[in-house]
Amino acid sequence: MSDQSQGRPPVLRLANIVKSFPGVRALDDVSFSVMPGEVHALMGENGAGKSTLMKVLGGIYQPNEGQIFVDEQPVVMNTPMEAKAKGIVFIHQELSLAEELPVAENIYLGELPRKSFGRVDWEKLYAQTNAILKKLNVSFDARTVVGDLSIANQQMVEIARALTVDAKAVIFDEPTASLTDAEKVVLFDVIADLKSQGVGIIYISHRMEEIFRITDRISVLRDGQYSGTLTTADTDEDEVTQLMIGRSLDLSRNASHHELGDVALEVRDLSCGHLYRNINFEVRRGEVVGFYGLVGAGRTEIAETLFGLREPTSGTILLDGKEVRIHSPVEAIAHGISLVPEDRKGQGLVLGMNCRDNITLPQVDDLTAGPFVADGAEIAIFDLYRDRLDIRTPGWRQLVGNLSGGNQQKIVIGKWLSMHPNVLIVDEPTRGIDVGSKSEIHNLIRDLAAHGYAVIVISSEMPEVLHVSDRIVAMYSGELIKTFTSEEVTEDNLIQAISGIRSDSAA
Amino acid sequence: MGALSKSDIGGFLARQGILVAFVVFMIGFTIANDRFVDPDNILGVIRSSAILGVMALGVTFVVISGNLDLSVGSMMSFSTIVVLDLHDKIGPGLAIPVMFAMTLALGAFIGFLVGYLKLNSLIVTLGMLSAIHGLTLTYSGGKNMDIVDKEGTWFGVFGQGTALGVPIPILIFAILAAVLGMTLAKTPFGRKVYAVGGNGVAATFSGIRRARVVFFCYLMSAFCVATAGLIQASRSLGSQNTVGQGLELEVLAAVILGGASLMGGSGTIFKTVIGVLILGFIQNGLLLVGLQFYAQYVVTWIIIILAVWLDIAAKRGRLWSPIA
Repeated sequence: MSDQSQGRPPVLRLANIVKSFPGVRALDDVSFSVMPGEVHALMGENGAGKSTLMKVLGGIYQPNEGQIFVDEQPVVMNTPMEAKAKGIVFIHQELSLAEELPVAENIYLGELPRKSFGRVDWEKLYAQTNAILKKLNVSFDARTVVGDLSIANQQMVEIARALTVDAKAVIFDEPTASLTDAEKVVLFDVIADLKSQGVGIIYISHRMEEIFRITDRISVLRDGQYSGTLTTADTDEDEVTQLMIGRSLDLSRNASHHELGDVALEVRDLSCGHLYRNINFEVRRGEVVGFYGLVGAGRTEIAETLFGLREPTSGTILLDGKEVRIHSPVEAIAHGISLVPEDRKGQGLVLGMNCRDNITLPQVDDLTAGPFVADGAEIAIFDLYRDRLDIRTPGWRQLVGNLSGGNQQKIVIGKWLSMHPNVLIVDEPTRGIDVGSKSEIHNLIRDLAAHGYAVIVISSEMPEVLHVSDRIVAMYSGELIKTFTSEEVTEDNLIQAISGIRSDSAA
Repeated sequence: MGALSKSDIGGFLARQGILVAFVVFMIGFTIANDRFVDPDNILGVIRSSAILGVMALGVTFVVISGNLDLSVGSMMSFSTIVVLDLHDKIGPGLAIPVMFAMTLALGAFIGFLVGYLKLNSLIVTLGMLSAIHGLTLTYSGGKNMDIVDKEGTWFGVFGQGTALGVPIPILIFAILAAVLGMTLAKTPFGRKVYAVGGNGVAATFSGIRRARVVFFCYLMSAFCVATAGLIQASRSLGSQNTVGQGLELEVLAAVILGGASLMGGSGTIFKTVIGVLILGFIQNGLLLVGLQFYAQYVVTWIIIILAVWLDIAAKRGRLWSPIA
């Protein structure tokens, strides 16, 4: 906590909040407080009650029991507008801006300053907006059209909108989900700024690294119950994880102890325009090769090339020593390449379809009895992967859209395992997934290697790459900087490699 | 169980609204005019719904794949005119397959534009609505088309005949509904139609040839249109150039009424059949209670709006919500 908050009352205090739905106690006696000038992390697995708590704070749900205090005054909020009027402001993960309108009109949407006869006072509007933007230290001005801004800058517009009211508490919900590292730095500066103005901040994220970088205290929810508050400076990831899942998470190095098999995939001098150049690597059976780098380093593009979604401009791909050309996902699948894509909901799943049908989708043509899909064969495949991957679902008829992120990801993985691939590519396997499921998916990847699969893991999370990989390919700006073995890799030399700093060993 | 709260009733209406409205209408019509429940009237309604119904079966595939087909009305006029013209020129035995081939060619062209070139289906089929109308008028020279020897042809069997007491159009509709229903619900192709409409990108990432699936949906739609054109031509043995005009909206109304989402990915053939019957019975009932025929166009529109509203309401679980 910053010094200025000493002796001052909390800006926001939750006392014994209970929220029940028929059959579920979504929040059970939750209490915590946010001090002025404090960044307070709220953590918990998916389904722990974070979203419900946020809806209570945002005036969307009314608690059954308990009381919310703003500046120690009891408040009741029946609508989102009332919550905002009380000074509780949300920065949502999914932005809600009118892309065709300029920044100023977005910020003051519905509250444009007026002159006589209801005319808009444009001068005042732009002046007010620019004053706020100046506080945020951004590079665009009030007249910029929102659609022309990067996602990070659009988020700044949301923050600016929050600042038009006298904000007591600002709640950030997974704000860095779609930001690059450089953009994160800017966001963290803004948060630091709000902090120095005495605003209380609730910061929701799954990313430990960020939590430890910017927060003062961490409150944890588990199964709808408050399981404790820790002072960030006095704790570590292990303790937080234990509070969240009731056990600690193994993130140690995990290189293979089994014998590696033949080379399953080899890539020689592969280039694709400006996206990546002269890439060389190989993956053996039984081996996990991690690809680490910043967003835009070219990792996903290589995966897309291998999966037939992108044509390379030059270079060769060899599968089991034979050169292949892959022009479509259909051909990639025929060659035994599978891709668990980066965007689970957008690319991996048909959310309105049930679990079984999603898993069997790539092979539905082969699962037939006469002209019809063979129900029994499909259910057998579903059962096999539900058990093997421990997919938690009431049954195969459940729509995938109703599952948690971790279970959804397991469905995608099950879909591709059921194809018995020669090479399995997994792009950002645990993005947006809670800690418990994360470790299950890590174990699963290790297990696949032990069973002789050749696996490529693309990840932006260093602990993950270090944890699951036998070798790590470091990329920077479309170039393969260096391939590390798990013995020689350290966090330092990996960071140097992916930041474009060429150390001697990388030359 | 306590008393039903207001929101319970709202939720029920939102989910089952179309059926509730249907039952209310039916009871109302029965009270207003006892001819409504007469077996002859009921059979008549189903029979006159068959043409619309056959077209709706094909459009169901297109809608579930996430696209629209607004060209079916004018395509049906085309089929009807072509088969009537060829009947006298090359005989019914050849006229029918040639007409099917020509209609399928139109469907293939639309399927190519929407599937392979990935053009917006609304624009493509709206354009085809008018282009095919022009094609038909060019073909016929704008004249009505009539079979000269109406007594001496067996061609009338598809529209006027009966088998085991069941009118042939109803039989065709039923058989086609059964076959296409199984195709959609049980075959790999049907599964892919749902996948492409539910999430086309994910379908591509799962190795489904999205363009090909969309292409075949339009081919399916064209096949149904050709069948509808055959029934229409056979029923009257003569036709105007505009016989199918406006049917595209009624077909769409029936499909949406059945519960297929315009966003794609959901709907079934069975539900479409229900939608067709609801539309048919409501239109018939309104005629029997004395509503002017032309007012039906307005009523059809009102039913579409109602169906779309209930579709959205079902998704959010209540009839009205302050946020979208």
